[in-house]
Amino acid sequence: MSKEIDLGRRKALSTGGIGLLALFGGASLLRPSEALAEWNKPAFTSKAVDEALSSLGASNPEENSALIRLTVPEIAENGAVVPVGISTSLPNVEQIAIMVDKNPNVLAAVFNIPEGTAAEVTTRVKMGKTAHVVALVKADGKYYRTSKEVKVTAGGCGG
Amino acid sequence: MGKPMKIRASVKDGMTEVKILMQHDMETGLRKDADGSLIPAWFITEVKAEYQGRVVLDAQFGQSISKNPYLMFSFKGGSAGEKVMISWVDNTGDSRSDEVTISA
Repeated sequence: MSKEIDLGRRKALSTGGIGLLALFGGASLLRPSEALAEWNKPAFTSKAVDEALSSLGASNPEENSALIRLTVPEIAENGAVVPVGISTSLPNVEQIAIMVDKNPNVLAAVFNIPEGTAAEVTTRVKMGKTAHVVALVKADGKYYRTSKEVKVTAGGCGG
Repeated sequence: MGKPMKIRASVKDGMTEVKILMQHDMETGLRKDADGSLIPAWFITEVKAEYQGRVVLDAQFGQSISKNPYLMFSFKGGSAGEKVMISWVDNTGDSRSDEVTISA
């Protein structure tokens, strides 16, 4: 009797084991020799720019629009797809982040830039309404930011 | 397993430019369906690019990245015929890896 119960338990354990294996197998694709940073949950669930900045360890970044080039449209006809380009002439860039100040979760992306990779990224973000896109750059251990307003037109008809 | 990515990588003046188009719904978890119930959050959280076993870009995404995420970046080095590997994972643990051959 107790043997049967035990067998049942074994079976459950092994099935669970396969599930776990599949989970870790998938995750290992992104876990090579280099230890990558964990997904920064506090930063990505921040409701305000200041909160996201402190979660990223970037309190009081220097405002500098001359050193950071933030390319966004002045008017976005479709808030679901707003192109954002960030580049900088700062040396030793370690990180670039994109935020949208009026989105429910302000942080859109964080890019860790290894040596040899250009300090220039382009992606597309969602914007619920007219808001500022904030670009954050970490270079030589120091944080810099700049922002630009993007007007999101209702209905996506432009004009 | 996620849907395949479209990737292009080309080398010019010693820099390899990589353009990636991922196929993913990127649900914020804040939208409601026709019945008024919340559509669960489902979005890519991490993207990684590797060239010759070396990480050339490591990105973390939030819900604010558009559906079918687009990403462009470039790194020093690379020659035509070599490979770049891109992989992502989402918040449900799903993942996808695709390789592209660098063109001249």
